[in-house]
Amino acid sequence: MDDPELWGQIAAANALSDVFAMGGKPFVALNIVGFPVHCEPLELLEAVLKGGQSKVIEAGAVLAGGHSVEDEEPKYGLAVFGEAEKAKIWRVSGARPGDVLILTKPLGTGLCTTAIKAGMADLLDTKPVFDSMARLNDLPRHLDRELHQSIHACTDVTGFGLAGHLLDMLSGYRVDCRLDPEALPAFKGVLDVADLGLIPAGAYRNRELYSSRIDNLEKAPLSLQDLLFDPQTSGGLLLAVDPEAAQAFLELCQSGCAPESRAIGRFLDGTGRIRF
Amino acid sequence: MTDKILVDARGLSCPQPVLETKAALESARGNTVEVLVDTVTSRENVLRLASRMNWKGTWEETQEGTFRITLEK
Repeated sequence: MDDPELWGQIAAANALSDVFAMGGKPFVALNIVGFPVHCEPLELLEAVLKGGQSKVIEAGAVLAGGHSVEDEEPKYGLAVFGEAEKAKIWRVSGARPGDVLILTKPLGTGLCTTAIKAGMADLLDTKPVFDSMARLNDLPRHLDRELHQSIHACTDVTGFGLAGHLLDMLSGYRVDCRLDPEALPAFKGVLDVADLGLIPAGAYRNRELYSSRIDNLEKAPLSLQDLLFDPQTSGGLLLAVDPEAAQAFLELCQSGCAPESRAIGRFLDGTGRIRF
Repeated sequence: MTDKILVDARGLSCPQPVLETKAALESARGNTVEVLVDTVTSRENVLRLASRMNWKGTWEETQEGTFRITLEK
């Protein structure tokens, strides 16, 4: 990532996502900065903060200052405070049999950054990946009361990959989720990146942690398995949606606020496993 | 020809071992390529690359946590 303003945008979108994933709206954000003032120009930090601020404003929140320390390498994040009505909070577990699993962004940001590190970015189109990482997960701001209540559970996909975060949604051990391998959205080129062995270490850690709770994993092509375990930066929301409302919800997402949303699976009676 | 090409990628973090293996396979002219790595991630990634380039790979763990990967066309 060479563009400091974009880096700031992505870090802020990632930080704001936690409030959105609970169905809430962010109010106040505070910058948290580590910066090597003697090695890097302050203009770089200004660009990072400008990027972050633009996302905080876009999210309808206020940037109320923050804290900075001198550090060996640049670090940037935000502490975000938001509000959700108690009765309307989306929790991570709570999916019901029959619910449709919807993912709002394509997968493969970890594979993409590994390819960039390898100097093989020409294997893929990086712009859609950066655009996606910088996009806010601000779905709750676009839903009317009825659609908001049709979400039975939600989380966001980050470092533990689709597999880890979906298993988190299944942690009540009362439902399983059947994934549709053909429906898994991937950024263009990332499956080729996986086949070339440009797979981040985090994906192997996730595989080791989660593969025992996934049925029929071995039947899927390896690159598709890698997609399931790929750690995401500022990934999409993962939602369990009431089947009656799923179509209307998906259309609303696709028409604007989360254009790459896809239905990727179904919840059913079970014991907390992913079926592939 | 029985010449063996050695890629010592110990101590390097991914994706560097994959890149060095790729360069070796591209210039190997059918010779055996031996790759040394010291993480499971690197081992698996090198094997994935080899398989994609239609090379057969086997590996063994040597005593000190090093993996010796042998790649043959």
